[in-house]
Amino acid sequence: MISGGAFDEIWGQGGPGAARPEFAALARWLHETPHAEFDRRLEAAEVTFRQLGITFAVYGDVDAGERIIPFDIVPRVFTAPEWDRLSEGLIQRVEAINAFLTDIYGAQEIVKAGVLPPELIFQNPQFRPEIAGIRPPHDVWAHICGIDCVRTGPDEFFVLEDNARTPSGVSYMLENREAMIRLCPELFREFRVAAVDSYPDMLLATMRSVAPRGAGQSPVCVVLTPGHYNSAYYEHSFLADSMGVELVEAADLLVDDDIVWMRTIGGRVKVDVIYRRIDDDYLDPLVFKPDSLLGVPGLIAAYRAGNVAIINAPGNGIADDKAIYSYMPEIVRFYSGQDAKLPNVQTFRCREPDALRYVLDHLDELVVKLVDGSGGYGMLVGPTASKAEIEAFRTALMAAPERYIAQPTLALSTVPTVTAQGLAPRHVDFRPFVLTGSDGVKVVPGGLTRVALKEGSLVVNSSQGGGTKDSFVLMRDASRQQSQSQSQSQGTGK
Amino acid sequence: MMLSRTASSLYWLGRYVERADFAARLVEATIRLDALSPRPAGEAAWHSALRVTYSDDAFAASNVGFTASPVARFLTVDTSNPGSIAACLDMARNNAKAVRTALTRDAWTAINRAWLIFNGRGRPASRMEPLALVEAVKAETRGFEGAIHWMMRNQATWFIRLGAAIERADNTARLLDVKYHLLLPEGETVYGVVDRDQWTTLLQTVSAVTAYRWLYDEGLKPHLVIDLLTTRFELPRSLAGCVEETVEVLTLLGKRTGLQGEADRMARARLSAMQRTRSHDVIVSGLHQYLTAFIRENELLHMAIAKQFRFG
Repeated sequence: MISGGAFDEIWGQGGPGAARPEFAALARWLHETPHAEFDRRLEAAEVTFRQLGITFAVYGDVDAGERIIPFDIVPRVFTAPEWDRLSEGLIQRVEAINAFLTDIYGAQEIVKAGVLPPELIFQNPQFRPEIAGIRPPHDVWAHICGIDCVRTGPDEFFVLEDNARTPSGVSYMLENREAMIRLCPELFREFRVAAVDSYPDMLLATMRSVAPRGAGQSPVCVVLTPGHYNSAYYEHSFLADSMGVELVEAADLLVDDDIVWMRTIGGRVKVDVIYRRIDDDYLDPLVFKPDSLLGVPGLIAAYRAGNVAIINAPGNGIADDKAIYSYMPEIVRFYSGQDAKLPNVQTFRCREPDALRYVLDHLDELVVKLVDGSGGYGMLVGPTASKAEIEAFRTALMAAPERYIAQPTLALSTVPTVTAQGLAPRHVDFRPFVLTGSDGVKVVPGGLTRVALKEGSLVVNSSQGGGTKDSFVLMRDASRQQSQSQSQSQGTGK
Repeated sequence: MMLSRTASSLYWLGRYVERADFAARLVEATIRLDALSPRPAGEAAWHSALRVTYSDDAFAASNVGFTASPVARFLTVDTSNPGSIAACLDMARNNAKAVRTALTRDAWTAINRAWLIFNGRGRPASRMEPLALVEAVKAETRGFEGAIHWMMRNQATWFIRLGAAIERADNTARLLDVKYHLLLPEGETVYGVVDRDQWTTLLQTVSAVTAYRWLYDEGLKPHLVIDLLTTRFELPRSLAGCVEETVEVLTLLGKRTGLQGEADRMARARLSAMQRTRSHDVIVSGLHQYLTAFIRENELLHMAIAKQFRFG
């Protein structure tokens, strides 16, 4: 549908044949590697992923059992200047998200200043009045953010969605890189690719940096998972494993006298920092859903008492809500005094009558999303939807317009991808991971590129049949020359 | 300190891998016994294989005769039978998955590969010949044991080994007890051809044919097979070997965790009893009674372990 005229990450606007100058070597590799060789390597990757059990479960799809997310071998590549610009924008955005959360659960200046309509906050199911007044250790809320970005042209990067609750995908970022190093070592000789494998160390340092002040020299950090039937369980175990911390389930924890303990074979051990991979609703039945068996009774009281850090902070959902998203440029300006370096995708808030009228008139051109939907569910992609689907959405929209936003279908950039018919452009998006500790905000040089495997499709979610690619961030030429001359001088010294 | 849930899952991982491996060996042995036996002793062999895994009632409910093909299927690929290889590997993998962080990549991959034999796309297991299938399962469980051997010598490995030792003791006792259930066909004599085949098969099931030749300079004698599988410490799968392994692992765990108690006392008492046991006395006073008591004692030890390490 759109791939025809879209900007391609490698070919630019020119189409296959004339690559962007930085990618001449990659273009050569694409031209010279036989199709059968790509197929062979992809098969090898699939066998490895399956043996490692890098799988996800699709909810409501009992027959499918565990699936592996399709992996594509052609990487998406960022040049160093592209990456620098993107990181600046990401850091600014995540700082604003953090300032926003501190404010909204505290002084609420942004509402008083009239920048945000109060009902958008206070009637939002993602706003947790239970949390108001709590200050998380070191005032950090959004420790781990996955900011979904798309690109439509050489300099046109947009933020599609902020994820400040439990963003997934980091294990794919790391495993895809491992696969690429094994399958395509020649690419790493050609390019100086920034390493991503420092991520677990950075995450652990982030966790330790936000430990409550009473935690002592080596705070006990854990990853909290709903259990091994969860769709992202592989990632949970992967993270705990690569950080060398315990992977706990709620039943392994108990709260006594506002202190969180884990049950070990030797008795109780105090827990200082919890990277939770379960939603607010299931964290603590005494505060949120009382009927939930997943939670840890008393956890929020321990948190309120300042005895434990919870990552990401409970209540973060208000910051990545799709209705709030549309105000992100104003939020960035309010807290930083600067314009957002990374723009939003144009967004129609259906709660506003004018916007709703426009959306209803242009349903066949727009992507309409549920404000609280995720993973490609509750979504209308106008240009590819049937008449019946559009009419069903129209009815739903009119019944509860405040539950929806709409965005134009962007000409997402493409990356050449291995298909049955050879290499062909497929649309991609990109999720970089941004870490915030008590010592500031960092971006890992890499991320998760998701690719829509169907021709023309813009839907990249793994639950909707999307795949992934490795994402190379190239280091500056200077460092390349330097390291080359280093290896040369080592060579002559022998 | 290790999470209690982690300890429990590692222990059960050890048990289920061992159980799957044993089930594979049992099927292999039964195929051999069936092939060597004059009819209808073959059926008796399959019947006894079901008894060893406590699944004869469940199988009988299916109203199929005790012939090779359906019983082999029931013991290998049938996930409705909790004692089948497929079901054991399913449980082993579930436990491994719950404690992935305590396992090395190699150990996890080994378990996952074993599981994939039955759960790969297209389910090749259902089309594989039973012998090829049990060979594949045995190879993967050996791979797992190898991977365990190269894990850090810490609680994680010891809990797996503890589970394996407890399970193995149970399996060997039940295997020996088969001879009690496996009646000789009418007209056959004790020490006759069939009887001999049955004892040889027992040895093969626990990979002890060569061990037998090394330890005894006589040809195959039932009382010596019993001696080997009960009181000989040299054989890792003998009752004595398993009892000793249990004490060793519990001691290692106690040193590292400071947790010692009822389980250690029971295991040590069992070991010293085993050191005093003479197989001749066992046979004279009744092998079946001895084995029944051993299996019960093993269950009590299991419960003491669970309590000591706060499982569950």
